[in-house]
Amino acid sequence: MKKETSKVAAPLLTSKSNGMPRRSFFKLLGGGIIILFRPWSTIELFGLPAQQGRNLPRDYNAFLQIAEDGTVNCFTGKIEMGQGIITSLAQMMADELNVPLEKVKMVMGDTDLCPWDMGTWGSLSTRVFGPSMRAAAAEARGVLLDLASKELGVPVTQLEAREGIIADTKNPNKSVTYAQLTKGKRIEKFLDVKPSVEDYTKFKYVGKSYNHADGKLKVTGAAKYTGDYKLPGMLFARILRPPSHGAKLTSVDTSAAEKIAGTKVIHEGDFVAVLNENRDLADQAIVKIKAEYSFNEMPVNDKTIFDYMLKADSKLNVLKTNGDIEAGRKLSDKTFESRFDDPYLAHAPIETHSALAQLEGDKMTVWASTQSPFGLQDNLVRELGFPREKVRVITPFVGGGFGGKAPAQQGIEAAKLAKLTGKPVMVIWTRDEEFFYDTFHPAGVIKINSGIDKNGLIKFWDYNVYYSGTRGSDTIYDVPNAKTSHFANDRGGPEMHPFATGAWRAPNANTNTFAREVQIDIMASAAGIDPLEFRLKNLKDEKMIDCLKGVAKKFGYVAGKSPGGRGIGIACGTDAGTWVAHMAEVRVDKTTGKVKVIRIACVQDMGLCVNPEGATIQMEGCITMGLGYTFTEEVFFEGGNILDRGFDTYQIPKFSWLPKIETEILERKDKAPQGGGEPAIIAIGAVIANAVFDATGARIFRLPMTPARVLEALKKV
Amino acid sequence: MEETISFQLNGKKTEAQLDTSQTLLWVLRNHFGLTGTKYGCGMGFCGSCTVLIDDEPVRSCQLTVGEVAGKKVVTIEGLVNKDIMHPVQKAFLEHDAFQCGFCTPGMIMNAAGLLLKNPSPSTQEIKDGMENNLCRCGAHTRIVDAVQTASKEMKGGK
Repeated sequence: MKKETSKVAAPLLTSKSNGMPRRSFFKLLGGGIIILFRPWSTIELFGLPAQQGRNLPRDYNAFLQIAEDGTVNCFTGKIEMGQGIITSLAQMMADELNVPLEKVKMVMGDTDLCPWDMGTWGSLSTRVFGPSMRAAAAEARGVLLDLASKELGVPVTQLEAREGIIADTKNPNKSVTYAQLTKGKRIEKFLDVKPSVEDYTKFKYVGKSYNHADGKLKVTGAAKYTGDYKLPGMLFARILRPPSHGAKLTSVDTSAAEKIAGTKVIHEGDFVAVLNENRDLADQAIVKIKAEYSFNEMPVNDKTIFDYMLKADSKLNVLKTNGDIEAGRKLSDKTFESRFDDPYLAHAPIETHSALAQLEGDKMTVWASTQSPFGLQDNLVRELGFPREKVRVITPFVGGGFGGKAPAQQGIEAAKLAKLTGKPVMVIWTRDEEFFYDTFHPAGVIKINSGIDKNGLIKFWDYNVYYSGTRGSDTIYDVPNAKTSHFANDRGGPEMHPFATGAWRAPNANTNTFAREVQIDIMASAAGIDPLEFRLKNLKDEKMIDCLKGVAKKFGYVAGKSPGGRGIGIACGTDAGTWVAHMAEVRVDKTTGKVKVIRIACVQDMGLCVNPEGATIQMEGCITMGLGYTFTEEVFFEGGNILDRGFDTYQIPKFSWLPKIETEILERKDKAPQGGGEPAIIAIGAVIANAVFDATGARIFRLPMTPARVLEALKKV
Repeated sequence: MEETISFQLNGKKTEAQLDTSQTLLWVLRNHFGLTGTKYGCGMGFCGSCTVLIDDEPVRSCQLTVGEVAGKKVVTIEGLVNKDIMHPVQKAFLEHDAFQCGFCTPGMIMNAAGLLLKNPSPSTQEIKDGMENNLCRCGAHTRIVDAVQTASKEMKGGK
């Protein structure tokens, strides 16, 4: 079964649509029933970075609207960037409201129309936004039943709602559709007793596989991304960029750029831009600007950054501690000390940051490729001084984010230029700008001290993270004496990174899972115990145990000590409420240091899986993307100068790298749904490094494992 | 410098008065409104802007519109024939061979060109032929499967 839903942002591009208050928007869509409810609870806020948010709305927000024709407009501040919520949120809405799936239309990422949302990240859409949306739908269903009861003269208890129709269970001919009930009416009503959401046995759509709802738009080229919009009189902007982070403009000469036909030059302080109706001419004009800079860069590069971090005067924050490390050390038969250095990574989405801004009267509208339309709205308010109700951000389809489009500097740039020129302005970053202004995954160092007794039981675990984040730094294993410490710069202390850093798909869980799972493998090998058995022996977490046993079955794993020359690796971990275990098989060319991944299997416990097809695609995507940070991805830099500015030197996974990928999602229909966009990437570095060890006895402590690093590790065998 | 240029665009004879030194990519997008052809890097490294020129997959960011004078240009929009999708498009849809969809038009155009040259490619030939089109979401395995499916359907149609 396939369905079609489409985003309805496009029709709102008419000039009259801007500046429209919420109420008149609903008028525009036609009369309908509007269900209001309280969208957030404190529990749902757990883990959200408060510093980025505005205060949660105290007023009620609309999450859905039933139009006269029976269409259900489902509003979310989340955005679609390939993760597939345009499909899965619609499934959830259809099941909770009891309407046909094809009637649900997703309206996403529009600050004038959608309920506030901090941003699309952290695999939160299904597990945190989902319950709020479902609660709204359940209440809407309750109100409709009330209305139907009055209309049909049948008590609510005798009514049943299915596929958008409410019928008398004793006399099925007596029925009324949602559309008939809502026609010409607009009702704002709360139920005194909130209905509970449907349990999984009642789901018709949730739990079944659906292809991407936006598929046809995407394979025909009809799907609109920010850069695809065009407004009358629109100018393309190119902005003068410094050669490195920390450089300051000292002088600028724009005269040659001004001579290019139709070029407008904007110069405000350090902000210099050229604009032209023709993108090629804007590209030509920008390179004609002569600029000089003074430099004040951090004295670090991609090689020295790790020692720089370790030597820094950092603040210790003990995240978790149990037992006594020294007591554990005394109980240990063998102890192990390892250090893992992890480089900066670029997000490198294929769509570069783009924004189109239009000022009409006193209202600024910005279309932007961003993971946080409301965050951009806040920034526009702050930077341009517009009142919030005069700033609307609309997010069309986003061409990949991975955390890199949480910030949306390009939206500010476009709006600033639209304000200064009085014309609609399109900013589409070049690939060079995309690399330069990326908020990179932060480099970091991890040091682990651990020990095992004669039986292969882990007796202590002392885990230390320097400057990369702590997500995924939990021990997961059952260790009596354990400590997790984070060393970072104190608030107000010196900057550690020479440029901006941020969240990169499963932020830092890749780094932490790599370090932990390699250290576990080191101990298993030293204990002379099969690495799967060693893990099972030291685990009490049943979900982890199930995933490991599941992946062993899927992979056809035969127990054996490592290194066994087979090239088989194991790794596991948790992220975003989901548990994953991986196995991989590799071949290592010992003369060149090249590693070829033959196959990777992954088993995942994500609770109730809303759309197995969509979740599987995410797992495959995670596994494939994970090959990048494992084999090639590392940002080279000198001070504030990013040396990788294109796909020629910054290599992302390609077709020739493909292993055979096998995935399985454990059936957990009675459990709450968890994150799916990130978990399966976290153990890729570790599973491959452990497979390389199994093949050769060479231990990899540093990603990416370039052929040179593999050769280096082979020398130590 | 503006001049008149004529070429075949998506099956139609097309004449336009424009600066022929402009990049084909931007002319397709801004002059003709064919925004299915994407800007991904502007350097010819990613393949998002791939179109067919005289049946060859070409990166439209790497040539000027003047260079296509008298030639046959097909973009993703031109693959749909009387509302019927090209077998490669259908196969991408069937295999869900994309996520964010931004690289998809370039992937499909490259695959369509590949199949014109080699109607029954092996898996290895598909991987080789698609190698330099980049996808960041990791839809690669499905793309290979989709190209294989399309190849089978196209041969069956002959």
